[in-house]
Amino acid sequence: MTDMMRLIEPLIPALRRYARALLRNPADADDLVQDCLEHAVGRWHQRRADGDARTWLFAIVHNLAVTQMRRRARRGAHLPIEDTAEANLAVAPTQESGLRHRDLMSALDALPEEQRSVLLLVTVEGLSYAETADILAIPTGTVMSRLSRARDRMIQLMDGADGTVPAKRPLLRRVK
Amino acid sequence: MTMRPIGEDDLQGLVDERLEAARQREVEAFLDDHPEARARVERLVALRAEMRAAFAPVAAEPVPARLNLARIVEARRQPPRPAWHAMAAGLLLLVGGAGGWGLREAVSPVPTGIEALAQSASMNYAVYAPDHTRPVELVATNRDEIAGWFSARLKRPVGVPDLSGAGYRLMGGRLVATPQGPAGLLMYDDGHGARFVMLMRPMSVPGDAPMRPYATASANGYAWAQDGLGYSLVGAADPAILHPLADTIRRATAKAI
Repeated sequence: MTDMMRLIEPLIPALRRYARALLRNPADADDLVQDCLEHAVGRWHQRRADGDARTWLFAIVHNLAVTQMRRRARRGAHLPIEDTAEANLAVAPTQESGLRHRDLMSALDALPEEQRSVLLLVTVEGLSYAETADILAIPTGTVMSRLSRARDRMIQLMDGADGTVPAKRPLLRRVK
Repeated sequence: MTMRPIGEDDLQGLVDERLEAARQREVEAFLDDHPEARARVERLVALRAEMRAAFAPVAAEPVPARLNLARIVEARRQPPRPAWHAMAAGLLLLVGGAGGWGLREAVSPVPTGIEALAQSASMNYAVYAPDHTRPVELVATNRDEIAGWFSARLKRPVGVPDLSGAGYRLMGGRLVATPQGPAGLLMYDDGHGARFVMLMRPMSVPGDAPMRPYATASANGYAWAQDGLGYSLVGAADPAILHPLADTIRRATAKAI
């Protein structure tokens, strides 16, 4: 039990960050992390003995989030970023960085779900390519190709198609 | 000495600072000769920094009380419900309301996972099992039709277990609402007026959950999950009868899937 506390507790901030990056809505994200922790506490003895607690927990959060996003997509409840209340954004934008931040979030939203998770796990969570492959249950080669595609797409969306034109909102709207 | 050619994976590795020192020097040298690739890598490095900065504040926030792990562990340590074999039917009537499921409801007002499933099953048992007029919506004449209906609405293949070997006749089924979405409800009887129901719905978490007993004041039940599909069996019968039946169903559905 104390072993479980020692291994899980330090990961909670990162689990919240990943859930927030995927779902964007803070309350939904914390609901998800709560589900994940309850699940983890109940199933602690069932996890692979040789397994890493971090990849195990991230996999639980990821699977819960994907289920929820698909359900949300079916219900058509997806919030376009323009309509999202400031409080729902990951971080309240400061005046000068606000537009830039919005472009980043819009571009992230425009990525296919499977590219977005790879990009977030590697970039924001700092997980290794092998750990990311483990969490998403895909080969490492697939992680690499999705990562490369995700990054190029982000740049394209944020900087404009030809790489020189600064971000234009109409362009973003069109690709959505 | 021939050098391995520089590939896209090397460039990503450089962006993520995952290359060994020797390889990193080789990639840097390559970029010195390829200004276009250098420009792209620099933009990718900037993107990485931007993304990390954008989400860093979330991890720095204080963790909300409801995500306090000690609290979550504590909430799970409810007074354990007595083992079924030790619980005579009379005792069950006495403590049914205060102990067992009733207490869990009071402690955790919004059940999740297997508990939510068990609760939905008991509620539907209480409504439909005593119904004389229309206990089921689709009668059992066509087992495949019920299976097809449930599979379509639950968005995954669902079987209708045959329990005639155990002496139970399938009466039919209906689709019911639960807080987690649609669920399939099957009803069986033993030919002497005793009915039980089985509720099935997809769980939010993939995989299996071990079988757990539960009880309301008037019914007993077992709930479990198999490959992401939750099952809950509820009836007024003694757990000594329901438990082997639940095991039979679990074996049957495991084979069917």
